[in-house]
Amino acid sequence: MNIIEVKDLKKSYYDSEEPTHALCGVTFSIRKGEFVAIMGPSGSGKSTLLHLLGLLDIATSGEYIFDGKKISSYSGDELALLRNKKVGFVFQAFNLLARTSVLENVKLPLSYSDVPESEWDKKARAAVIAVGLGERMSHQPSELSGGEKQRVAIARALVNDPDVIFADEPTGNLDSKSGKNVMSIIQRLNEEEGKTIILITHETSTAEHAERIIRLVDGVISTDEKVKKRLSVNDEFLK
Amino acid sequence: MTSKHILKTALVGLRTNRSRSFLTILGIVIGITAIMLVISLGAGAQNLILSQVQGLGTNTIAVIPGREPTGPSDVSALYSDSLKLKDVVALQNKANVPDLKVIMPTVFGAGTASYGSDVYQVTIFGATEYIADIFDMHPNNGDFFTKDDVLSRGDVAVIGSKVVDHLFGNDNPIGQKIKVKGKNFKVVATLPPTGGGSLFNFDSMILMPYTTAQDYLLGIKYFNRIIIQTQNDSQVPSASADITQTLRESHNITDPTKDDFTVQTQQDLANRLSTITSALTWFLVAVASIALFVGGVGIMNIMLVSVTERTREIGLRKALGATNRDILTQFLLEAVLLTAIGGIVGIILGAVLSFAIAVGLSRWLNLNWQFVFPWSGAAMGLGVSALIGLVFGGYPAGQASKKSPIEALRYE
Repeated sequence: MNIIEVKDLKKSYYDSEEPTHALCGVTFSIRKGEFVAIMGPSGSGKSTLLHLLGLLDIATSGEYIFDGKKISSYSGDELALLRNKKVGFVFQAFNLLARTSVLENVKLPLSYSDVPESEWDKKARAAVIAVGLGERMSHQPSELSGGEKQRVAIARALVNDPDVIFADEPTGNLDSKSGKNVMSIIQRLNEEEGKTIILITHETSTAEHAERIIRLVDGVISTDEKVKKRLSVNDEFLK
Repeated sequence: MTSKHILKTALVGLRTNRSRSFLTILGIVIGITAIMLVISLGAGAQNLILSQVQGLGTNTIAVIPGREPTGPSDVSALYSDSLKLKDVVALQNKANVPDLKVIMPTVFGAGTASYGSDVYQVTIFGATEYIADIFDMHPNNGDFFTKDDVLSRGDVAVIGSKVVDHLFGNDNPIGQKIKVKGKNFKVVATLPPTGGGSLFNFDSMILMPYTTAQDYLLGIKYFNRIIIQTQNDSQVPSASADITQTLRESHNITDPTKDDFTVQTQQDLANRLSTITSALTWFLVAVASIALFVGGVGIMNIMLVSVTERTREIGLRKALGATNRDILTQFLLEAVLLTAIGGIVGIILGAVLSFAIAVGLSRWLNLNWQFVFPWSGAAMGLGVSALIGLVFGGYPAGQASKKSPIEALRYE
């Protein structure tokens, strides 16, 4: 079953006099539980695609069906609700709230959900423990390493039990060891918990954790193929 | 988002920028403190003045020579010698003013008093034996002059506390003779100090029968004031009308605009004074409000900076499921909380300061100054400061809620 179906999706920006066509008609679909990497040079439209898929923005034209629902007709508030329930984000720059503890950061999506407040603590703690930061619960982001910050961000993305996790260059600001650690957590979420993962990266080594790689060039898909030799959590390479 | 959590989020937002929040609040605190001070001190001053005026008794009516001038050219308004003995006789007639209880003609003028080689500038105040009752005076030594003294133009004087100090020092003045304008007077009583700020200060006065003062000292045949009291307050309006009517007949006046006297009740005076103090108070409140307005602009400025600075946070919250409304409420609540906290601090500070001033005024200036907690000012201050939060926080909050999650996350 497809969780994401995209038909001839286009996005143009009209900020300046000359419109910028960031995405010039892409068509593909992603199965539930699939791990897809989107690659491409800067300016290829991969960030724009992520924003559209991640329900942060509305396409100029084309069709986007998310979890069986046509997205183009959704209002801002309906999109916010859908993002909260179905989607988790992991950003390159972590985007944690400063001067706010790890636990409170992870609780943030819960505060915009319909989950009763009495359950927030339990859920947030479980998510922090799942990324291996049980000892760091009350630390502030400034007291954490880059890798730890990204794991907090993953815990935050997980806390509402979403169907899809979008990861935008999650290892971009990390050293290679922390990067591998973060990728192994993401891969485990895919393999053990069946989360659909959509990963944006420009590093082939990171992209090869995925089952499938979609390459974008100038706003169109150049290749869309299975990864022949997938990197695995247990690979010697990761250790 | 539950309202409890919205409040918590806003509070956390303010706490993470503690020093900025404090400085932002300061403008509101100063504005509200100033308004509280002005209202409290205004009310205190009004109470003081009114208690002085009403100390004479609200059943008191004063007749003053002359009328209130109708314009700058109305020179004839000043008939200083219009009140004569025949007027007093006419007013005393029960057929003319049935509600009259007491009538007391008074005269006053300046003069010097001496005892031995000591000389002191005094006010000579001539009245009748009723003066002690009407002004609620109690001699700390001796007894007031009597009706017989008034009838016989007795050479007797009651002297105020400063006159005692300057002429006698620590000696007992009772029975001593002092010279006023070259004429000898026997001191029959002395008065205790009336205290500063009193409307009727007898400290530098020499009180004596009006007959004596008129004939021997001032050389006049008219009165400066006629003071009348009725049995009770409710008779004041009818008695005022009767007095006016009687004096017009006595002076052969048919055109009321040509009156050569003014009938003034204590209530008139009190009303007039409280109108003046209220007008002054509200004028000062208006001036103090400028500080509040400036404080409000400060809040808007800081909130706009805060919104720009927290673009990433706003974008993140939106990406995680916050609606425009959630963001709007969060930032609006931060602004309202800031101003409301500022308002509360201002109210407390204003109350404490005006209490301290009230204590200081009563202690060092010997005024009977009552501290008044301005409930109306406090309620208004709280309302106004919350309103300022809504008004000046509204625009920045609107800007925050309109931010797109992508723009916000891209912002560096």
